[in-house]
Amino acid sequence: MAILELAGLRKSFGAVDVLREINLSLASGEMLVIVGASGCGKSTLLRMVAGLETPSSGRILLDGRDITSEDPSARDIAMVFQNYALYPHMTVFDNMAYGLRIRGLSREDIARRVDEAAALLGLSELLGRKPRQLSGGQRQRVAMGRAIVRDPKLFLFDEPLSNLDATLRVRTRAEIRRLQRRLGVTSLYVTHDQVEAMTLGDRLLVLHQGQPAQLATPMEVFERPADTYVAGFIGAPAMNFLPAILTEAGTAARLEAGPLLHFIDGRRDGPDGRALTIGLRPEHIRVDPNGVSLRIDLVEPLGSETLVHGRLAAPGEAALVLRLAGKAPEGEVLNVVFPPEEIHVFDAGTGRRLP
Amino acid sequence: MNPRRDPVAHAVLLLGAILFVAPLWLVLVGSTQNPAVIAAGGLSFIPGDEGFSAYARVLNGPVPRMLLISLGMALAIAIGKIFISVLSAFAIAFFRFPCRQVAFWLIFITLMLPVEVRIIPTYSVMSDLGLINTFTGLWLPLIASATATLLFRQVFVAIPDELVEAARMDGAGPLRFLWDIVLPVSAANIAALFVILFIYGWNQYLWPLLVATNPRLDTIVIGIVKMVAVETETDWSAVMATATLALLPPVVVVVLMQRWFVAGLTEGEK
Repeated sequence: MAILELAGLRKSFGAVDVLREINLSLASGEMLVIVGASGCGKSTLLRMVAGLETPSSGRILLDGRDITSEDPSARDIAMVFQNYALYPHMTVFDNMAYGLRIRGLSREDIARRVDEAAALLGLSELLGRKPRQLSGGQRQRVAMGRAIVRDPKLFLFDEPLSNLDATLRVRTRAEIRRLQRRLGVTSLYVTHDQVEAMTLGDRLLVLHQGQPAQLATPMEVFERPADTYVAGFIGAPAMNFLPAILTEAGTAARLEAGPLLHFIDGRRDGPDGRALTIGLRPEHIRVDPNGVSLRIDLVEPLGSETLVHGRLAAPGEAALVLRLAGKAPEGEVLNVVFPPEEIHVFDAGTGRRLP
Repeated sequence: MNPRRDPVAHAVLLLGAILFVAPLWLVLVGSTQNPAVIAAGGLSFIPGDEGFSAYARVLNGPVPRMLLISLGMALAIAIGKIFISVLSAFAIAFFRFPCRQVAFWLIFITLMLPVEVRIIPTYSVMSDLGLINTFTGLWLPLIASATATLLFRQVFVAIPDELVEAARMDGAGPLRFLWDIVLPVSAANIAALFVILFIYGWNQYLWPLLVATNPRLDTIVIGIVKMVAVETETDWSAVMATATLALLPPVVVVVLMQRWFVAGLTEGEK
């Protein structure tokens, strides 16, 4: 059953279209991650759901009720802000209790809810402290607590981990996911971090310049990216793109660099000579003495693996990144092959995936 | 650097301190000397032998009443100014309404007009309202403040948007937001401004002189001037004693609110 439905949601500031036609429906208990580069409209989308921004057109339905023009406080939605937005003059307890007090809950009810949330988040010892006496991670948890005590229909997260250091971010990421599963609360989570997107989401919505580029499970987005933008955005280091043309009656691609790659999953439409872009993830390129030669210009050892940057010696001199297990290879030239079973085929003009 | 080893800095500090303290000291010791001796030019830097008799003299006269009038006026001006400027700054900082920028600039422009420029029209308005020679007339025209409005606007604009939005999600309406979030967060600034405005109100001279001719509405500042004005028989030690008394309330306010005052002027963290 859909808890949240966005129908034809648009937003423009003056002549600038920030979001074009967003249609989305969230099942109960689902965690949907909206991911994209900065300026793609993901925060605007979240803020429209929260009621902090008015859509130019379209409707927002929460549990079947049209909330498009409702006040944020009437929406039964809680939000965790990027900078936590804790009230600096209030204690942790008061920060969590404030929304409940305004809603007119009884004193005992408020105390019970805050205590429960505090216990859940490990904040019980800190209830009397002011935000400035807390560490970044603790503040983040208070911000979560403030959302949890409200017991809302929908949780919104606006890049809640971006102000934490790397170690804490990994730990908090797992904590958020555990908590979200345990409470079973439907969530929208906005991030620009593709690792957060992959690990947290039941589904991902990749936004590109205000338009949905792909809506699918994380693994599907990774394994079958809908276009070159998604392919380049998800996965680190980014996917390599090589120019090619369609050949052999649509059953193979001839790379500009030389090699012929036979499609293993059927033929592609179009006349021979159609311009293609072949995508290959850095971990899928293999070293092979019979391959084309690659001039290495940078080697980055990461310990368990090595990133190799180089340029093909073949025509076009396309730049490539390889991810090799183990130590850095010796020498300045490497011969590489492109396994046909790992390639992604895109139209060179539109960037769309050719299935 | 070891501060003990810097005699120049100390000399400058000492000189500054003497420059500031000397007049106060003169007033203080003058209030204990014989008025006839002072009138003859014999004001000395050493306390006289009259003790606190001058204080007894002035406290039995109209001075307590003047102090009360001044206190009432200074409080009314400080609180009134804060009340009005907080509300107008709140409107300008947090709400979008037609002509918001125009309103802001109009307030800003009034900064350039000193009180003296508009004192005649103000007098005429007060006269039309029948507020000449009333206590209300003393403070009412002085409570609009462009400076305080601009100051609060700056303070409010510095409140992060996310805090405003969090309060909206929590369901706080505008007045509730003002009372629960904005005012506590700006408490230090309000206290600092209160001190400045209280002293501003306490030291008002021109306006009370114009609007209140009834001696029962004399402020302490006007009272001192009136005591001096009678050239031939000025009771100088009484003047000094009154001046000392007039100094006390601002000092008390500053001392009581010093912690807040300094925090409000220096701390930027929100």
